Amino acid sequence: MKAALTIAARECRSLFLSPLAWTLLAIMQLIMAYLFLNQVQTFINLQPRLAALENGPGLTDVIAPALFGNAGILLLLVTPLLTMRSICEERRNKTLPLLLSAPVSLTDIVVGKFLGIFSLLLLVVMLVTSMLLSLLAGGTLDFGKLFANVLALSLLSAAFTATGVYFSCISPHPAVAALSAFGVLMLLWLLDWTTTLSDQPNGLLTQLSLLRHFQSLQSGLFSTADLCYFLFYCLGFLWLSIRHLAGERLPT
Amino acid sequence: MDFLVEAAHLSRYYGKRCAVNDVSLSLASGQVMGLLGVNGAGKTTTLQMLTGNLAPSGGQIRINGVDLLKQPVAAKRYLGYLPDTPPLYKELTVQEFLRFCAQLHGLDKQAAKKAIAYVLDRCGLIGVGQRLLGNLSKGYQQRVGIAQALLHNPKLIILDEPTVGLDPLQIREIRELIRELGQQHGVILSTHILAEVAESCSHVQIIHQGRLILSDSMANLKQTMTSDALLVTTRLPADTKVLSAIPGVAAIEKLGELQLKIRYNPSCNPGQQITETIIVAGWELVELTPVQKSIEDIFINLTGGKSA
Repeated sequence: MKAALTIAARECRSLFLSPLAWTLLAIMQLIMAYLFLNQVQTFINLQPRLAALENGPGLTDVIAPALFGNAGILLLLVTPLLTMRSICEERRNKTLPLLLSAPVSLTDIVVGKFLGIFSLLLLVVMLVTSMLLSLLAGGTLDFGKLFANVLALSLLSAAFTATGVYFSCISPHPAVAALSAFGVLMLLWLLDWTTTLSDQPNGLLTQLSLLRHFQSLQSGLFSTADLCYFLFYCLGFLWLSIRHLAGERLPT
Repeated sequence: MDFLVEAAHLSRYYGKRCAVNDVSLSLASGQVMGLLGVNGAGKTTTLQMLTGNLAPSGGQIRINGVDLLKQPVAAKRYLGYLPDTPPLYKELTVQEFLRFCAQLHGLDKQAAKKAIAYVLDRCGLIGVGQRLLGNLSKGYQQRVGIAQALLHNPKLIILDEPTVGLDPLQIREIRELIRELGQQHGVILSTHILAEVAESCSHVQIIHQGRLILSDSMANLKQTMTSDALLVTTRLPADTKVLSAIPGVAAIEKLGELQLKIRYNPSCNPGQQITETIIVAGWELVELTPVQKSIEDIFINLTGGKSA
């Protein structure tokens, strides 16, 4: 486990040593700030009508789901760019033998890569959360709902990272890795839309949709099914990556 | 004798192509083994199997008594490896990179600090510790690669073509370093440069087309390298008839007006008598040296001279 953390620390450090991480963080923050202010304006416009409602939605209800939902979509676009180089680039730069001949297991390598990138995404989640927390200056927040949103976005970005690491593991080129990870994530995101056309709200396709489980968690409903979905999703892709790395060493 | 590496009947296929076929080798501490072969002979594949980067199609590997295939993490603790391309993260400085390697090998902070200071000194890297790896010259990058392999003081050091891309001065330093390392560690190095093996190795293995075709100690090899011939140069032309009458002389080959190559029976070396005869006859002896077969000759002999 210590080896995994060492690899994670190096991965994260290397991300920050390239302009990529900084650029992504800056652009994300700019877009999120715009969306946040927009949402705050919406709330101010709606406030007189909301006040008249009994049990009407509060500040957190109006702003948090929309803001975190948008952050989720942005991360869907951004994460493949962050993960594309993780293992693929090690192979291309011939640095993989350093890890393979060190006393670390393949699990350490894959988990380390995952944690390194995931920690950067957690920073994004924190930045988004801090925007909401700034509302405390002039209002009150429902911390339970805020926590649900933070948890949902964190789990979602973990799932994105696991997918990205897997595609980086199997791709010969970082661009291919980014594109395939993006394609798969987009598909899993859209699965929910297609099923709304049919009358099967609980069909298999719906159950596979990332968006559905994300929104379910966002609403503050802690269902074991949603938590397990994200857990097995991440473990599944990490396991596939480990198997792939192990398979590469075998004779063809 | 306790062996640091025992590899038995290693083979490796890439699809149907057999890159390494039934290679066995063993190495004890204090030995430097040169793995010699032409390009594509299977050297790198063999080393990649010994370091756990590739799984063999068949065979067994034990590193310091630990089975590499069954307990890879435990076995790799005894291992330092420099691949054919030094595995460097170009965006890190030399210090940062070595610190990362130390952590990978489980060294604590104090031990890592000491080890880094030691290898920086040992590999001639003092003064470049704060430079980015990507900005270093090829020679320095190679040295950092070697430093990385030595860092955790492994019992077994495996170097894949360690002197590639270095200038002659650096090559000499690295060979010196390898010889020194060979006193306390076991070292395996691969190369296609024959002089390198002759200079820094105690044992030689020659691989050709995936097969081991020679495995011997350098001392034994040197013995077979002395052939049964003398090179004689005189100031005045010598009479070959007189010389061929000396007992033991098998044949005389005229290389020039004043130079002869005298072959003799291995059972008796006629050097003494040849000297006396030449002096007595007044031909004025200038040079008398045993002819050495070079390691090149042996290599070309063994590989059939096709691709060497």
